[in-house]
Amino acid sequence: MITPSPVELEALFLSLKVAIWSVLITLPLGLFTAWLLARKDFYGRAFVNGIVYLPLVLPPVVIGFFLLAMLGRHGPIGQLLDNMFGITVIFTWQGAAIASAIMSFPLMVRAIRISIENVDTKLEAAARTLGASPFRVFYSITLPLISPGILAGTLLAFARSLGEFGATITFVSNIPGETRTLPLAIYSLVQTPGGDTGALRLVILSVIIALMALLISEYLAHQAKRRIGD
Amino acid sequence: MLTLSLTHEFKEFQINVEFTADAGSITSLYGRSGSGKTSIINMIAGLKKPDSGFIKVGDDILLDTSDDIYIPPEKRRLGYIFQDSRLFPHLNISGNLLYGIKKNLNNNSQITFDSIVDILKIEPLLERKPANLSGGEKQRVAIGRALLTQPRLLLMDEPLASIDAQLRGEILTFIEELRNKLGLTIIYVSHSIDEVIRLADKMVLISDGTKKAEGNVEEIMSRLDLHPLTGRFDAGAVLSTKVESYDEKYDLTELSFNAGTLRVTGGNLPIGSKVRAHIRARDVSIMLDRPRDTSILNIFEGTIVDISDNEDSQIDIKIDIGSPLIARVTRKSFDELGLRVGSTVFTMLKAVAIDRRSLGGKR
Repeated sequence: MITPSPVELEALFLSLKVAIWSVLITLPLGLFTAWLLARKDFYGRAFVNGIVYLPLVLPPVVIGFFLLAMLGRHGPIGQLLDNMFGITVIFTWQGAAIASAIMSFPLMVRAIRISIENVDTKLEAAARTLGASPFRVFYSITLPLISPGILAGTLLAFARSLGEFGATITFVSNIPGETRTLPLAIYSLVQTPGGDTGALRLVILSVIIALMALLISEYLAHQAKRRIGD
Repeated sequence: MLTLSLTHEFKEFQINVEFTADAGSITSLYGRSGSGKTSIINMIAGLKKPDSGFIKVGDDILLDTSDDIYIPPEKRRLGYIFQDSRLFPHLNISGNLLYGIKKNLNNNSQITFDSIVDILKIEPLLERKPANLSGGEKQRVAIGRALLTQPRLLLMDEPLASIDAQLRGEILTFIEELRNKLGLTIIYVSHSIDEVIRLADKMVLISDGTKKAEGNVEEIMSRLDLHPLTGRFDAGAVLSTKVESYDEKYDLTELSFNAGTLRVTGGNLPIGSKVRAHIRARDVSIMLDRPRDTSILNIFEGTIVDISDNEDSQIDIKIDIGSPLIARVTRKSFDELGLRVGSTVFTMLKAVAIDRRSLGGKR
């Protein structure tokens, strides 16, 4: 049978939910960070730069461990969240989204930063002389011109989130229905005797999702480029 | 209208200028590339903050570093036309024109969207994207876009730099109309002496970030000490003349000025209009006696009033023929003729040397 089982569908939808939330977290933060790094010269810029790109070079398990130490029941931020709002993120899908967000953050920042650096600041200066405030310049000139970069960053971050494994399993474990996303489900099936067929179905599903995301983003990027007259 | 004084320390050089510009006139900042003209105009626009300075337009103080006043560019109400038109690539031409439009600021303003589109002949371009426009078309749109903000002062930074030679005349005429018909005050930055002679009511000569001279074009161009700055090739006097008549048979135009009549080739100048004639020093020769049987049509008697003192093989001589005229001769001729201040000489200038480019419109 090719039709996925309810358990497999559960893993699929969980993956999508985690990836979408991950992108929702990283998009505004990534846009701001990219703008900061591309345009502002401030004290400690190199340090911020290093921190942002760290997940790209560190083993994901290390990030997972770090999240556990900070956001876990006995971690400083984890305790604070628990005491003040009664929130625990450890062993929840929200925790999985946070782990994915941190892992995909550098990719988002990188793509947007490059596109901001490519925007001719002379155009922004021209807009100022035409009476536009810095805020209006940002949303009427800068934002439309970097829309292909934002799109690329979003797709990269989404794909990275879908594939997140190491940090997730370390931080929020492998709980069916809560934190068992597609990669974790595939891993579990491979570990189980006779799970190969199920694993293969999930692998095919992963490939289909990835391809669709790629095609959609290609199409949108093409549209965006046409709109900005490239 | 505009009063300013600016000082700023850059890594390589420093800006240190002060000048004024009158309302309803064109003031030209002239200087070579890299002399700091663009930095100065960026400071007027508010895009660059100088170390110290003062800028006043009309009754409004835009910058006063001693009083900590700095009005940001978007609040200065100045129009800025850049060398590289800077149209927004993601907006079509309409969108670009409308970006900074001010409505109902001045109800009897002659600057409306329709009138600008009409004057600049950009109606067929409105739906197009900037990427598909030629340099001249882009610059026309950029001018329109700046005008629609109803600026009280128009800053132009080498607006003809990216425009084909044959289109330049058209844009120059248009810039003259902005002054003559709309009474706009314009600061025009250029390194082309032809453009300055054609347009400028007043000229500010900039070199190494400092002002070397400020005044009318005729006076500055006739100063021998400024010749290294006004460009060795183009150095020469500028005469204010009036178009008297046109001889169709010989294709010659007669221009009258206070020392007589100047004959130049070509026509198409309206009779009665005032033009400036740029007489390059290298096109003027000197004789001690009145020449006879010569092909030269323009001969003027005058007295030498100034001689450039340098060690060059060429010497610039200023002759008063009623107006100042400048001639460039070799050192050999200079020595052989025994020229000195006070000598009476005859100057000859070839009519064909004064082309349309040397003749500039004037009010």
